[in-house]
Amino acid sequence: MTRTAVILGMGGLGCPAALLLCEEARAARLPLRLVLVDDDRVEASNLSRQILYRARDVGGLKVEVAAERLARFGPLVEIDARPVRFGPSTSAHLLRGADVMLDGTDSFETRFAVNDACCAAGVALVHGAVLGWTGQILTVLPRRGPCLRCLFEGPPPPGALPACSEAGVASPLCGVIGSVMAAEAMRVLGAGPVRAAGRLLVWEGATGRRREIPLRPDPACAACGAPAGAERHP
Amino acid sequence: MPVTVKIPAPLRSLTQGQAEVALENAPTVKAAVEELSRRYPGLRERLLDDKGALRRYVNIFRNDEDIRHGKMLDTSLSAEDKLTIVPAIAGGRGG
Repeated sequence: MTRTAVILGMGGLGCPAALLLCEEARAARLPLRLVLVDDDRVEASNLSRQILYRARDVGGLKVEVAAERLARFGPLVEIDARPVRFGPSTSAHLLRGADVMLDGTDSFETRFAVNDACCAAGVALVHGAVLGWTGQILTVLPRRGPCLRCLFEGPPPPGALPACSEAGVASPLCGVIGSVMAAEAMRVLGAGPVRAAGRLLVWEGATGRRREIPLRPDPACAACGAPAGAERHP
Repeated sequence: MPVTVKIPAPLRSLTQGQAEVALENAPTVKAAVEELSRRYPGLRERLLDDKGALRRYVNIFRNDEDIRHGKMLDTSLSAEDKLTIVPAIAGGRGG
């Protein structure tokens, strides 16, 4: 049976995640429909870490260039390029039929909206983020464990925290986090037990340290509420 | 033994690059935050809102316990406890 993975943001995380997902699906002989979502175009400043693009691609739509690069994985992997952003007008369509979503976007508002939509639709979500030399991964299994909003109540107001466009992102760490996101998505699709559900994985790329912070579902969480069967707090 | 506070990389510009800070007199999380803020100006505003509550996009763990699930800033601390500050981060697409 064909499984569907949706990657939101075809940047520093989405590129390695897409490539690794295709490689892993081919190795596992898993028929995969891979939906690539981004309305941005390739810029010269992207090339150091957005590994699917070349200098000659500058100006092209990222999802179209990525689909061309990943076409060699067909017919086992079907690439579906969507030059749109995740938002109120597109979320239902993007979630329909999805088995797992991978969020590599750079907007706090989008990240919380994706989390809420995945929780409501019961779609597994692999959340990955990089800022400077710090990376985070959290896998959300709706109704089975904590979500992003169990950890943080909501997004910061604009400008309160640096985004990657201001603080930068370390290119090597993008490769690490994007690859781990792909491995985690493959586990969600049946390749083995997921590693980042119920815990936040934090990479300190400058020192090579990795930490795991155990999380519990928040019964008062606005997105997932008291998940059935999940551990409750006293 | 002091309480140890792990400072996340995005906030280390405020702690002169310190990844860990040891605090001797911090009986609660709130006291720890106040002492950190005294040593490192600007940190308080990143952690607490105008009413002195923990900001919604930052979390603090005492050892492995999320303080939001307990007494929040009134969570008591013992010698050798470790506090971990975790801010939300978003990034990886643009740039």
